Amino acid sequence: MAQALDYLKETPSQTAGPYVHIGLAPGAAGFDIYDRELGWDIAGLEASGERIEVEGLVFDGTGAPVKDVLLEVWQADANGIHAHPEDPRAAEVSPGFRGWGRVITNFDTGLWAFKTVKPGLVPGRSGRTQAPHLNLWIVARGINIGLNTRLYFPEDEALHASDPVLTLIEQQQRRSTLIATRTAPGRYRFDIRLQGEGETVFLDV
Amino acid sequence: MDKPAEFYQRDRDWHPPAFAPTYKTSVSRSPRQALLSLEQSSSEITGPVFGHNDFGALDNDLIKNYAKSGDPIGERIIVHGRVLDETGRPVPNTLVEIWQANASGRYRHKKDTYLAPIDPNFGGCGRTLTDAYGFYYFRTVKPGAYPWRNYVNSWRPAHIHVSVFGSSFSQRLITQMYFEGDPLIAKCPIVNTIPDPEAIDRLIAPLDMNAAIPLDCLAYKFDIVLRGRRSTLFENRLAGN
Repeated sequence: MAQALDYLKETPSQTAGPYVHIGLAPGAAGFDIYDRELGWDIAGLEASGERIEVEGLVFDGTGAPVKDVLLEVWQADANGIHAHPEDPRAAEVSPGFRGWGRVITNFDTGLWAFKTVKPGLVPGRSGRTQAPHLNLWIVARGINIGLNTRLYFPEDEALHASDPVLTLIEQQQRRSTLIATRTAPGRYRFDIRLQGEGETVFLDV
Repeated sequence: MDKPAEFYQRDRDWHPPAFAPTYKTSVSRSPRQALLSLEQSSSEITGPVFGHNDFGALDNDLIKNYAKSGDPIGERIIVHGRVLDETGRPVPNTLVEIWQANASGRYRHKKDTYLAPIDPNFGGCGRTLTDAYGFYYFRTVKPGAYPWRNYVNSWRPAHIHVSVFGSSFSQRLITQMYFEGDPLIAKCPIVNTIPDPEAIDRLIAPLDMNAAIPLDCLAYKFDIVLRGRRSTLFENRLAGN
């Protein structure tokens, strides 16, 4: 018998359940406990770049909006720099820019929304460039392990043709599920379909 | 950053599948198409960084952080442990957040209509950063079991929801901690979304008498393992740590 591989196993995921808001966004859920809520300010006041707003709904397999979602965003700044020590350009990240956000849906309508700056081009592997994108992670009751996806911007169509993630999607028509709709200058709509017709592409990152 | 050090592939046979029909809500909230697996880039190997300025002094003490007229009712416990990665290395300075019901199984949430009462001195959420060695701790009361509409007589075992970040967005994890010896664990449709009994064991915190405080509170130990990461074995192939 061979030696045992002594790696630990990752802690298994469980659903965030229906009350995820009181733990991760208590202020947004109307529960006043922390002096300072985390994740409400993605870009900060001073970060350079185009200010944008993104909103959308998450639909279940029956076409109904999911009203108990928690959504997190991770993104680069307007110059494509992540506010993280492993980004080689981290020292040049926009002042006050954190790049991480967390929002919950409106309990009555299911609508979520956040404000940020539009990210820049992010370096990809092997010298390739990634089109501007937001990394999204969604959890909710009924979702056993958080779902990762990406939001791309419609005006960057030319860059999408060479984006290393979009071009990995075999079925051409599914790529459009990752591209937001521009509804007004600086305003985008991004609906996520968990299941069925028009199902959003989800990523194993 | 053209060849970042990647995190190990997540073992999705170890985690619960998206579609687990005995947990009914998963039926309409699970993708039907396969996930698209990515080689990691800067977008995946970076993630948010938190500092002590983000927190208040009582954020990890659920006995005191919502106390209005006294301490909450319930079994006083410490929940502590380490955050490690799959190679056994500690994950320092990472954000751990928890939320839970009170001792009678009621959440302080307007959508929770269970007839058990709210505790006026208990909020039910806490957060902390792991220290330089990956250790974290909370003080709280042991949550109660509660009923939920799955089958008509479904009851969740006592549990604490746990959210952890790690150092990258690809390590992001939400799970639930259960308590050693709880007979409801084996009956729970959410627990049983996990196919491997050994994986379920990883979510059950043992009683830890060594960490109990005599005449004050008991303790449970809950270690959390996040995805590990490649090291540089051959420098002409992989950049990394």
